[in-house]
Amino acid sequence: MTVLVDISHRLGDFSLDVRFESAGRLTALFGPSGSGKTTLIDMIAGLIRPDTGRIEVDGRVLVDTGAGIFVPKHKRRIGMVFQDARLFPHMSVASNLRYGRWFTPATERYAEMDAVVELLGIGPLLDRRPARLSGGEKQRVAIGRALLTSPRLLLMDEPLASLDEARKAEILPYIERLRDETKIPIVYVSHSVAEVARLATDVVTLSQGHVIASGPTEAVMQRLDLLPAEERAEGGAVLDTKVLHHDEIFGMTVLGSAAGEIRVPRLAMTTGARVRIRIRARDVMIATEKPTGLSALNILPGTIVAISPGEGATVEVGIDCNGATVLARITEQSRQGLKLRLGGKVFAVVKTVSFDRANTGAGLSVEADG
Amino acid sequence: MNWLLDLTPDEWNAVRLSIKVATVAMLASLPPGILIALLLARGQFWGKTLVNGLVHLPLILPPVVTGYLLLLTFGKRGPAGAFLAEHFGIVFSFRWTGAALACGVMGFPLMVRAIRLSIEAVDRKMEAAAGTLGANPYWVFATITLPLILPGLIAGAILAFAKAMGEFGATITFVSNIPNETQTLPSAIYTFTQVPGGDEGALRLTLISIVISMAALVASEVLARRVGRRMDIE
Repeated sequence: MTVLVDISHRLGDFSLDVRFESAGRLTALFGPSGSGKTTLIDMIAGLIRPDTGRIEVDGRVLVDTGAGIFVPKHKRRIGMVFQDARLFPHMSVASNLRYGRWFTPATERYAEMDAVVELLGIGPLLDRRPARLSGGEKQRVAIGRALLTSPRLLLMDEPLASLDEARKAEILPYIERLRDETKIPIVYVSHSVAEVARLATDVVTLSQGHVIASGPTEAVMQRLDLLPAEERAEGGAVLDTKVLHHDEIFGMTVLGSAAGEIRVPRLAMTTGARVRIRIRARDVMIATEKPTGLSALNILPGTIVAISPGEGATVEVGIDCNGATVLARITEQSRQGLKLRLGGKVFAVVKTVSFDRANTGAGLSVEADG
Repeated sequence: MNWLLDLTPDEWNAVRLSIKVATVAMLASLPPGILIALLLARGQFWGKTLVNGLVHLPLILPPVVTGYLLLLTFGKRGPAGAFLAEHFGIVFSFRWTGAALACGVMGFPLMVRAIRLSIEAVDRKMEAAAGTLGANPYWVFATITLPLILPGLIAGAILAFAKAMGEFGATITFVSNIPNETQTLPSAIYTFTQVPGGDEGALRLTLISIVISMAALVASEVLARRVGRRMDIE
């Protein structure tokens, strides 16, 4: 299952010139506002017609301006979840959910009402009107409504952007389940490092209408310099880990990663579960000798593989810890004081409490990895 | 009370005829009303201002002029009248159908205005969302647009009905004032005021006219509220 987009489009002064191809389970279109990601997703959905170019989903040509092909939105079988939910106000939640089923040919229906309702935990809402739902509930119903059309591809346009932190935390696990438990590929628009690092298998980074990076999440997220300015602080290494065991005495969970054991606050996950963590670069300290008498619990040995100038007086240091790269943001003064250079042996130090709900999430399930 | 309800057969006929004419005028103008309102609210075409002006013409012309124009066009010798009579057997002149046509034309601008406003208030993003769920444009209109404009539709229909109940000038010019055929309530009241001793009858019909119009207004309020509650827009 691949999504191929190769388009050029002009909107007044803004020009969008994008080419990418992704076979990921959840591909994030990532970039600051105004980078063209929503326009792009609207083109995949069929809401906007590109000036020139080609869009293919799973080998099916949806747009080919050269050949005069433009499949209208209602024939694309692509589900869309909008930032503002867009539930129909004159229908109950149940009717909203059933709306798309009418239009899906019976032979192509794979989504079951009961399964979707269970997946999203919206059973108690079925008889209500959209006006009586909270923002998070609306968004879950909107996801369910799109799923029940049995789409070939699910598009999500900043589905969490208008929600507060608590609501985001409420919905994120459902999107993870969607990614891991259904076979529907997802294209997800976001400007948030936290969401992309936690959810995406693949990332396409956009800036001013152009692709500036694309590839697997771990690799793309290494490039802190490509992050939108307002999201720089959130940037950091993304590691896939596994729950080794729980430390019930101190209320911690020990995760196994290529870089070594990482202790984080207690997670509600079973031993062996996959966990995706993001270690913010600003949360990482560097020591040239193994520190003692230090409160931080995570001390990962490694080798410096990259040093690049960061914002202002900072530098960003990449440390290869047994194959996994950890990023640290330190001051130029510290770098010179410690005489850090490429190839130097160092220790990356991370406090356990720097991990919170925003940067630990369910990892990709094992079966679906292949 | 007996005095009020003790109507002569002719007066009863005028009441019945008025309700019939107003109902038919309202129902028959709904489909073209929705179509024109859609065209004006959504359409981008050359001559839109002209269409808008034509629709509003009956509102600004003296009713007698509208009636006379109808007579010229839909009368027995008028081009449209002759055509319809010959091919479809529909005759307007001096029939109750003509009264309905006159009332429909006079109420049309009011109806189109109300519907157009409600169409312009519809969130087009809802329609786009329905499209991504697989609904073609016709289904989108039937399942999203139409229900969302229902309050405006009701308001427009009631306005047209009320206008038809009170229409006088165009009707009497186009189809005259024939008891049992084209004599609606206003025409009947007018006739009473033209004969000595007709005051009582005129007053009776005036009161009945007020009651019917009020009933229509109340009905529309109740309907609109029920639709509004069902919809509960945020």
